[in-house]
Amino acid sequence: MEFRLHPVALIRAILRPIDPPLFLLLTVLLAAALVVMQSASPARMEAQLVNTGVALALMWVTARIPSARLLSLAMPLYVLGVVLLVGVALFGEISKGAQRWLDLGVVRIQPSELMKIAMPLMLAWFFQQREGAIGFGEFVLAGVLLAVPVALIVTQPDLGTSLLVAAAGLYVIFFAGLSWKLIVPLVLVAVVGLGSIVAFGDTLCQPGVDWQVLREYQKHRVCTLLDPTSDPLGKGFHIIQSTIAIGSGGMFGKGWMQGTQTHLSFIPERHTDFIFAVMAEEFGLIGALVLLAVLFMLLLRGLMIAAVAPTLGTRLLAGAITMIFFTYAFVNMGMVSGILPVVGVPLPFISYGGTALVTLCVGVGILMSIQRERALSQS
Amino acid sequence: MKKRSVTFNHNPLLAKGLPVWRPRVVLLALLFGSFALVARAAYLQGVNDEFLQAKGESRYARVIEIPATRGKITDRHGTVLAASTPVKSIWAIPGDAKPTPAEVRKLAGLLDMDVRDLNHRLARDSDFVYLKRQVPPEVAEQVANMKLAGVHDQREYRRYYPGAEVMSHLLGFTGVDDHGQEGVELAYDSQLNGKPGSRRVIKDRRGQIVEDVESIRTPQEGKDIALSIDAKIQYLAYTALQNAMETYRAKAGSVVVLDSRTGEVLAMVNAPTYNPNNRESLSGAQLRNRAVTDTFEPGSVLKPIIAAMALESGKFRFDTVIDTGNGRMALANSTISDTKPHGRLTVAEVIQKSSNVGVVRMAMTFKPEEMWQVYDDLGLGSSLQLGFPGEASGRLRPASTWRPIEQATMAYGYGVSSSLMQLARTYLAFARDGDLIPVTLTRSEVPQLTGRRVFSAQTVRETRAMMEMVTQEGGTAIHGRVPGYRVAGKTGTSHKLEGAKYTSKYIASFVGLAPVSDPRLVVAVMIDEPAGKQYYGGQVAGPIFSNVMAGALRALSVPPDAPITPMQVARSKEELAARGRM
Repeated sequence: MEFRLHPVALIRAILRPIDPPLFLLLTVLLAAALVVMQSASPARMEAQLVNTGVALALMWVTARIPSARLLSLAMPLYVLGVVLLVGVALFGEISKGAQRWLDLGVVRIQPSELMKIAMPLMLAWFFQQREGAIGFGEFVLAGVLLAVPVALIVTQPDLGTSLLVAAAGLYVIFFAGLSWKLIVPLVLVAVVGLGSIVAFGDTLCQPGVDWQVLREYQKHRVCTLLDPTSDPLGKGFHIIQSTIAIGSGGMFGKGWMQGTQTHLSFIPERHTDFIFAVMAEEFGLIGALVLLAVLFMLLLRGLMIAAVAPTLGTRLLAGAITMIFFTYAFVNMGMVSGILPVVGVPLPFISYGGTALVTLCVGVGILMSIQRERALSQS
Repeated sequence: MKKRSVTFNHNPLLAKGLPVWRPRVVLLALLFGSFALVARAAYLQGVNDEFLQAKGESRYARVIEIPATRGKITDRHGTVLAASTPVKSIWAIPGDAKPTPAEVRKLAGLLDMDVRDLNHRLARDSDFVYLKRQVPPEVAEQVANMKLAGVHDQREYRRYYPGAEVMSHLLGFTGVDDHGQEGVELAYDSQLNGKPGSRRVIKDRRGQIVEDVESIRTPQEGKDIALSIDAKIQYLAYTALQNAMETYRAKAGSVVVLDSRTGEVLAMVNAPTYNPNNRESLSGAQLRNRAVTDTFEPGSVLKPIIAAMALESGKFRFDTVIDTGNGRMALANSTISDTKPHGRLTVAEVIQKSSNVGVVRMAMTFKPEEMWQVYDDLGLGSSLQLGFPGEASGRLRPASTWRPIEQATMAYGYGVSSSLMQLARTYLAFARDGDLIPVTLTRSEVPQLTGRRVFSAQTVRETRAMMEMVTQEGGTAIHGRVPGYRVAGKTGTSHKLEGAKYTSKYIASFVGLAPVSDPRLVVAVMIDEPAGKQYYGGQVAGPIFSNVMAGALRALSVPPDAPITPMQVARSKEELAARGRM
């Protein structure tokens, strides 16, 4: 390790669990987040600094925990998560039309957030237990383990988070070797479904058409994506404003703190879900590409860690966590730039919000823990 | 990047665990996703950026109009008579405004509004609602200091008239679009009204201006106008007229004061009047600027003109004796009569006693054309051209249509009509050396030295002397006297013409000038339908004339030309007491 030259043992101890490439990329992203936050919402700078500090500390703590210990925590965390979700369904606080928060007296927590980590952990642990004997039954069981919390989150209702939790689980199942015979039909159904929505959007989006599975507001979001101009002042407002912001950034952007759409408060939720629009407006195509490149490198590093992970469980876990990062980034940027419907998914590592940042950094911590295990086993 | 990522495929550990295809599929998905995002970003920012930039700009860039301030109207000394004051209108976006009940109460208090009304407005389903229009800037500032979300203000102007009722007809007023609708405001609208400018600004989503980008056109402020009016004399005339209106319970009245050296209008008031600052309930009668829009048959006020013509022709002298007999004179199947028989009168006495018969005897020595020429030279029948809306020119028929009886009645002011301002103008010729100058409403920097000559200076001096006798013992207007000054004038008491018939309603008038030795002012008074027992010009209009003339002469520091003796003081006190009993 290149840090061996350091004379002070303390610093070495601090740096030991850190994976330098991951940490470097993460630092770039977090620094970018602070720069953009200063422009998007200077009042939240202090909170964002605190969040960043707490998240990095938790990342360090997580990275220090051996991956085997992490996996052994899977069952308790998962059970706790499900219990809390049931608790939310029964006693949760209702805010903005959705029941997502649980007030524990001391803190208000969003148990669905915990599930983002607990879910891949649980499934990875589960498949590790069955290593060598993974058959159809195991996949059915994994499907049930996945479906219960996702169903609980969907009913809150919180489409964005349930999507992320479901994706996290599906990635583990996919990496565990789910038969192509099952994957291909599922993907086909999804493609046909989405295709038909796009094709018959006009008819389906007529008022009064009941979509059964999705709620009215979710239907609205999909329809708005298909034709944002159909409701420019209402549901289409977000997408129109954010695409205008991104587009008006042009090649080099309007410069830091100079984004007109941002500073004239045309961009909705500009410090959270739509922060990519702020960034794209002020730093242009160049800025957006740099962000994408950094994120892409982070994902590659994650996949490399997954590829060389020592056990099946850690491999699955690392792969799933990496792909979750990808899902976050893709869904968020896709939504902000108008190619995906508006679902409440933040831009990973950039958007304001303590819980999400902690979850993401704990994910990075897990990757580091797995990588350290690998490094140790090599040495 | 792809090449580097392939490296883990050769890793022996991986070969055991994961099936070969899975990471490749994952990597492909990752690359595809990234490509989609890059493509979208490139499309938005590289291809479609100009369109989207224009769209963005259209959302925040606005061209706003900067209103030009309307010019001030001042009197001759710079006293402000009409000014535009900046005010603010408070408006709100009901969707953004979420004040607490306490804030609503405070706001209602500041805006002097009913809490329920305010709540009603804030609950309206609209993006824009006026809470209160045209509030003083201090109030708007207090509202702004409350920092209520969704409550905004905008700048406007409000025309304010400090003189209120005193100046109303003179100044007129402006409409909601800040253009003049009456009076001087209308007559001088093009000068008073500036040209609005425009600026390009950046507004945020709530419509607040956040940045001033550039000025497209600077507003051209309206020009200030200095009127010839003397606010002090105007106020004096207003008070005298209002008092007379009450005393004589008259229907209407007007007073005009002219500076005979310059032709400037120093005062012009009418009754009834109105307050231009509060025009909620206005009647047509209140709005009439009678002094220039309403014409009437002036009656005896025109007699000095005939006397001057007679002197000028050389056919008569100051002391030529005219026999008015028993006060009745037959002319072409009609009879011309005096109020009482005067017998033999000198020319001067004809004017002093206002004998119709005497004037007609003089007038009938002229051809109609000669008489018409003098009337026309004095401006009867032709507009004053002050620029006021509805300015009347009066009626003076062409001489060729005059029958003898008409020529006779026109000599004592019937069959010809004029506005009070026109009458005052004719008297400028007597106040000057026989020349006539145009009247003007704006302050003249250079006094007009000579105008169009109508009479010789000698004739005018003699006529003035006759008119001075009108206010002396034996004259018709001893109440028109002004202590300390020699005053010349002529009364008029004319029957009102309704349809084609003369009624027993009267118009009492008096037009005069002072000081006789070196005239400075012409004051004309008209009282329409005095309702009391008194209706003669000398009785009704004379005292008003005296009041206004005395005050105006003092205001202008005109040196007295008839030093007051103790005797006169005693007598004028007696007169005042007598007037009080009336």
